[in-house]
Amino acid sequence: MDLGPARAPSPTIPVTLTVNGRRQQLELAPFVTLLDLLRGDLALTGTKKGCDHGQCGACTVLVNGVRINSCLKFAVSLDGAEITTIEGLGTPDNLHPLQKAFVEHDAYQCGYCTPGQICSAAGLLSEGHAHSREEIRELMSGNLCRCGAYTNIADAIEEVMAADSETTVREAAE
Amino acid sequence: MTRQTRTGPLETADRVIGFPLSRIEGPLKVTGTAPYAAEHQSADMLHGFVALATIASGRIARIDTADAAAFPGVVKIYTHDNRPRTAWWDSAWKDEVALPGHPFRPLENDRVLFDGQPVAFVVANTFEAARDAAALIRITYEADQPKTSIEVESEKSYVPKEKRSGIAPPPSPRGNADEAFAAAPFKLSSNYTLEGEHHNPMELFATTVLYEGEGRLTIHDKTQGSQNSQGYVCGIFELKPENVRVFNTYVGGAFGSGLRPKHQLFLATMAALDLKQSVQLELSRREMFYLTWRPATVQTVKMAADDNGKLTAILHHAVQATSLYEDYQEVVVNWSGLLYRCDNVKLTYELAEMTVSTPGDMRAPGAATGVFALESAIDELSYQVGLDPLDMRVRNFVHVDQNQDLQLTSKALHACYRQGAERFGWEKRLHAPRSMHDGPDLVGWGMATGVWEAQLTEATARARLSADGSVTVSAAASDIGTGTMTILAQIGAEAFGVDAEHVTVRIGDSQLPKTSVEGGSWTAASTGSAVAAAATAVRQTLLDAAKDMDASPFGKDVTVEQTAIRDGRLVLEINDQVGVALTDILASKNLTFIEEEAKVAPDAQQAKKFVSYTHAAHFVEVMIDEELGVIRVTRVVTAVAAGRILNPKTARSQILGGVVMGIGMALHEEGMIDHRTGRIMNHNLAEYHVPAHADIHDIEVIFVEEHDDKASPIGVKGLGEIGIVGIAAAVANAIYHATGTRVRHLPITIDKVFYAKEAAE
Amino acid sequence: MRQFSYLRPTGISDAVAALAAEPTAQLLAGGTNLVDLMKYDVAQPSAVIDINGLPLKEIETLEDGAYRIGALTTNSQVAYDAGIARDVPLLSSAILAGASPQLRNAATSGGNLSQRTRCYYFYDPSTPCNKREPGSGCSAIGGVNRIHAILGASDACIATHPSDMCVALAALNATVEVTGPTGARTIPFLDFHRLPGDHPERDNTLQTGEIVTGIRVEGGRFAAHHSYLKLRDRLSYAFALVSVAAALDLDGDTILDARVALGGVAHKPWRDPLAEAELSGQPATRDTFEAFASRLLSGAKGQGHNDFKIPMAKKAIVRALMQAASGRPQVQSEKRVREGESL
Repeated sequence: MDLGPARAPSPTIPVTLTVNGRRQQLELAPFVTLLDLLRGDLALTGTKKGCDHGQCGACTVLVNGVRINSCLKFAVSLDGAEITTIEGLGTPDNLHPLQKAFVEHDAYQCGYCTPGQICSAAGLLSEGHAHSREEIRELMSGNLCRCGAYTNIADAIEEVMAADSETTVREAAE
Repeated sequence: MTRQTRTGPLETADRVIGFPLSRIEGPLKVTGTAPYAAEHQSADMLHGFVALATIASGRIARIDTADAAAFPGVVKIYTHDNRPRTAWWDSAWKDEVALPGHPFRPLENDRVLFDGQPVAFVVANTFEAARDAAALIRITYEADQPKTSIEVESEKSYVPKEKRSGIAPPPSPRGNADEAFAAAPFKLSSNYTLEGEHHNPMELFATTVLYEGEGRLTIHDKTQGSQNSQGYVCGIFELKPENVRVFNTYVGGAFGSGLRPKHQLFLATMAALDLKQSVQLELSRREMFYLTWRPATVQTVKMAADDNGKLTAILHHAVQATSLYEDYQEVVVNWSGLLYRCDNVKLTYELAEMTVSTPGDMRAPGAATGVFALESAIDELSYQVGLDPLDMRVRNFVHVDQNQDLQLTSKALHACYRQGAERFGWEKRLHAPRSMHDGPDLVGWGMATGVWEAQLTEATARARLSADGSVTVSAAASDIGTGTMTILAQIGAEAFGVDAEHVTVRIGDSQLPKTSVEGGSWTAASTGSAVAAAATAVRQTLLDAAKDMDASPFGKDVTVEQTAIRDGRLVLEINDQVGVALTDILASKNLTFIEEEAKVAPDAQQAKKFVSYTHAAHFVEVMIDEELGVIRVTRVVTAVAAGRILNPKTARSQILGGVVMGIGMALHEEGMIDHRTGRIMNHNLAEYHVPAHADIHDIEVIFVEEHDDKASPIGVKGLGEIGIVGIAAAVANAIYHATGTRVRHLPITIDKVFYAKEAAE
Repeated sequence: MRQFSYLRPTGISDAVAALAAEPTAQLLAGGTNLVDLMKYDVAQPSAVIDINGLPLKEIETLEDGAYRIGALTTNSQVAYDAGIARDVPLLSSAILAGASPQLRNAATSGGNLSQRTRCYYFYDPSTPCNKREPGSGCSAIGGVNRIHAILGASDACIATHPSDMCVALAALNATVEVTGPTGARTIPFLDFHRLPGDHPERDNTLQTGEIVTGIRVEGGRFAAHHSYLKLRDRLSYAFALVSVAAALDLDGDTILDARVALGGVAHKPWRDPLAEAELSGQPATRDTFEAFASRLLSGAKGQGHNDFKIPMAKKAIVRALMQAASGRPQVQSEKRVREGESL
C-alpha cells in the first residue's frame, strides 16, 4: 500500500522531559522515538538499539520508574515524564549495585544488551513480583542476550535481590 | 575492577593467569559508556538507510527515487545508476577471508542475487529522514524463479572447484566403507537436515565514517577485524592505508557474522568520500537476516558397528547451500573421520547453488552442523547395539587423527566424559526410552561429544614497560565479547609481575600490530602468545640493559627465564634480594620505557606430526510434557578440555554462550523461507526465535585439566566454538531418550515431536 | 514511516471528534503496536491522536462485583491489580502470558483489543496481503503459514489475532464500552472482533470515530476454576501457537457453566457457545473434555505448516479444562505445564 508521496513535514512540538534528573525543554518532531532522541540529540548512547521494534529489550529505560521499550515510544507522548537511563543508574566510578553485580558475575559478554538488562532488572526489583529464580527468568524474558549470559544475569539479579531483602528486614527490625 | 586480596608479591606472577579476573572493561559496559560502532558522533554527521530488494532473483527494471529525493533532509540517493566509480577487479574487493568466487558488490548493477540485497542507499541529515525517504523509493522488478530449497537444489549438488583457503576438504576414503557397512550386524542410514540460521548479534551492523578531510577517514566499524575492514576499503576506493584508520574497540557480538566486511562499511565509506562529509549507517534488524547465515544443510550418515559396539563403517555425506556468486565452504563431514576410531570411512561434501546471500561462518561453522549428524547417528546406533550412549563413545575412543594420520597434541576427552557424567549423575540413567518420568513430564538424558580444531594464526603484538612499572600491550585484535582485553591484560601482568589493573590493553585499532580477524577460537592462543612473546622480548632488553650497568648483580649467563619483575625491580627468580630497580635500569640507558614487538606463527615442522583439537562432553536433561510436547532443557553439564584456562570466569562465559546458542540451534532457530518467492519471512526477533531467559536453566561448566605444550606457546587452545559443538545432538538425543521419537530435522520445534504424525493422520 | 500530524486531545469528546474528522488518523495509547507498524511502513496514519491524556486509567469495582477497566490502564496495572488478581484471575494470568514486562508496562487494555495480526505477510509491505491492502491477495495461503488460522479463516485471509488478554476476555463474556460521534454504546466481547470473510482489513466492529473507553468484566464467578494455557515456540516472549482460556463453574464435579476460548487459531478469540452449553450438567472428567475438544475443532482446517495446531489445540483444551476443574491453574512463570488431576 502506498498512500502517496511525502506529506508535509510535521511541525515540532514542545516537550519537557527530565532525563537522569536533568530537566530538558525540547522541540521535537512527533516521529522521534525516545530511543532515537536519547541516542541522537541527547548523546546518551548507553541505551541500545537492538531491533527498534520491541522484540529484544536492549532499549529498556525507566519512565517514571517503570521499565519500558524506548524504541516504541514517541518522545512527544511522554511530556513531563522522568526518564532514567543506564547512565543515570551509576557511573564507572560509582556503580549501582546491579552494575557491580553484573561485573562480578560476568553477566554479559559483548555488553550490548547489558544496559537494557540492567535497567530491566532495576524495574524488576522495584515491581517486586519476582521471588524465585524461575520468576526472575520469566520476568527478564523481555531482554534477549545473544551471547548467552542468562544464567550469570540471573545470578547477579538474585544476589542484589537478596541483599535488598536483607536490608529491608534489617530496616524493619530497627 | 575487583581483585581478591593477595597474600604477598611472590604469588602475583603465579596467580594472574588462571585467576577469575572480572572483565577489565566491565565498568564501561555496565554503565553504557563503552562506545560501539554507531555511537561515535560528529557535528555534521549524515545518516544513511538502505532500501532492500523484495525479490530473491531477477533484475531491477526501474527505480524511481523522485519522491524520496524530494523528502526534507535528504542529501543524496545512491543506486546502481549513479554509484561512484570503484575498483574494477575482483581482487580489490576480496577481503582477508574472502571465498572462491566473485565478492558481492553493493549497487553494482541491476541484478538481484538474493532477497534483501541492498538496492538503494539514502543519505540524509537525520536517521529518520533517511529511513522515511527510503520508504518512498519505488522499484519495479523483473523477477526470476528463485532457488531457495536445499531439499530441491541438493539434487544438483557439486564438489566446489576451488577450495576455500584454510578449509580442509574431506580426506580420501580409508578402508572400504561400503563393504564394511554391508557386512555389519548393526547399522543405520539416517538423513539429517538443518534450516538456515542467522547470527543476530544484539548490536546492529553499523559503520561511522568520520571524514577528516583530503580523503582521510577514521572509521568505526562493526567487524571482527579492523585491519580487514581497512584493507577492504583501501582496495575498493584506492585509498592509502595511512589515510584510513579503522577502530572496532567494542563489538556487540558477531559470532562470525563480522568476519567479512558488510555492505554498511562500503556504503558509508562511499558516501563519505563522495560527499566529503561524515556518514553513519546503522542497519535495521531485518537487514541482519540478509548479511550472511549458517547455511541450510542436508546430510546422510551411514554408520555400522560390530557386536561389541565397535564402529566398522562411517559414511557421511553433506550438501550445503551457497550463493550464486561465491562458493562458501566449511568443514562439516571431516569430524566423522577423526572423533572415533574407525577404519572404514568415506566422507563427501558438496554445495548447492541457491538464490541466497553467501553463507558465512557462524559459531563453530561446519562442526556445529556436522557433529549434530554424527553425534545423533552414534546415539541411534548405541540403542541398536544395546549400549549406553556414553559407553558406546568410550569404546570407540581414538588417540590419533586417522584422517590425517597425525598425533594429537593432547586429548583429555576421557576426563570430560568421566567428570561430566559424574557431575550429571549419568549412572542413574535408565537406558530405555520413555523410562524416566517426573510428574506430567517425560525425562530424557542425552549426551554428545564436541570437537573443534585448536588453531594458531599469525599474530604480532607489542609490549611496553615504563619506568613507573606500568605496562601497555597492544595488537589489532578484537574483543567481540570473548574477554580478549582481559586475558591480554592478565598475560601482560604475569609477564611483568604487576596487577592487571596496571596493564593498559590497546586493541581494536587497525594501526596496531597485525593480527588476523577474530574467529575460529584462535585469538587467545595467537594474540595471547604474541603478547607473551613481546613481553619476553621487553624483559630480554631490560636484562641486557641491566647487565650493562656498573656493578650489575646479573652475571652474563643469567637468562631472562631466570629473572622476574617484582615490586618494580628486576630480580633473580630464585632470590629476589638480587636485583635492580627498573627506574635505575631505564635511567642507565636514558630511557623512559622499553618497547618490543613480537610475532608468532604456526610451527610448520610440528604440523607435520601433530594436530590439535579441543574436546567437550555435553550432558543434557530435557523434560517434555507427555501429552502436550512442551520441551524444556532443565539441566546441562558441559565438560571441556581446552588446554590452559587463562581466566576461568570469562572462559566459563564463552562455554555458556556456546551452550545457549546450541540450545537455540536445537529447539528454536530457523529462517523461514517462502520458496515461491525465495524470501525470508520471519526476518525479525519476534518470529526468528533465539532462546530467552525463560528457556535457559542452570548450566554447569567443567574445565578438565589438560596440559598442552604444543597447541600454542602459552598452552591455550581456544574456547569460542567448543561450547556449541555437539549441544544440538545432546538435546536431540535427550529428546529421543525421553520420548522414543528421533527428530533429525533442526530445529526441534514443539510440533515435531508428537504432532507431526498426528497432523498427518 | 510516513509523515503525520500529532494531536493531543484532553477529553473523550475531543478525541472522538478528531478521529471522526480524519478517518485516516489512528489513536496512540501505549504505542507498542502502532509505532511498531508505522516503522515497518504497515500503518500509515495521516494523523496520530495521542489519547494518553484521557481520563481512562482507572480500574473500578462496580456494585455487582464486576470490574470496569479503563481503556488506558496498562496491561501490568490490570494483571497485578489486587482485585482483578483475586476475582478475575483468568484475566491476570492471560495478560502475564503475553509479551514482556516492558511491553505490558506500556501496552494498554484498549490497545490490546486493537492490536493487529502477526502474520509475516501483513508485516511486510512488499507482499500481497488483503488485510493490509484489500484485494491484493493472501500470500500466507500456500506460503509460510506455521502461525496461521485453523478455524474461521477465509479464502481472503488466514491471519490470527495475537492477543492473550482478549482470549480471557472472550471466555469471560466481557463487554466493550465505546464512545463515538453518536454517543456511547457497549459491544459484547464476542461481537467486537470479526472473522475475516471478504473484508479482512477490518479487525473489529468499531464504527468510524468510535473509541474504546473501557472493558467491563464479571468478577468472582470463575475464580476457583480457571486456567490460561499457552503453547508457543519458546517458553516466554513469543506469540501463541495455541492458547486456551478455560473457565468452569462447578457444583461438586458437575459442570454448571463452562467457557473455553482459543487463541492463536483464528482471526478472533475462538469460542463455541453451543458446544459449551452442552457441557452443562455433565461431569468434569477427561472424557467429557476430550469429546468437547473434538467438537470444538471439528471444523478445523490446516494450511500445511500449521496442521499440527489441530491436535495440539485438542490436547491443550483438555489440559486447560483439567487444570481448571482441579483448581490448579497454569502459573505463567512456571514452565512445566501443570497436571490437572482427574476428578
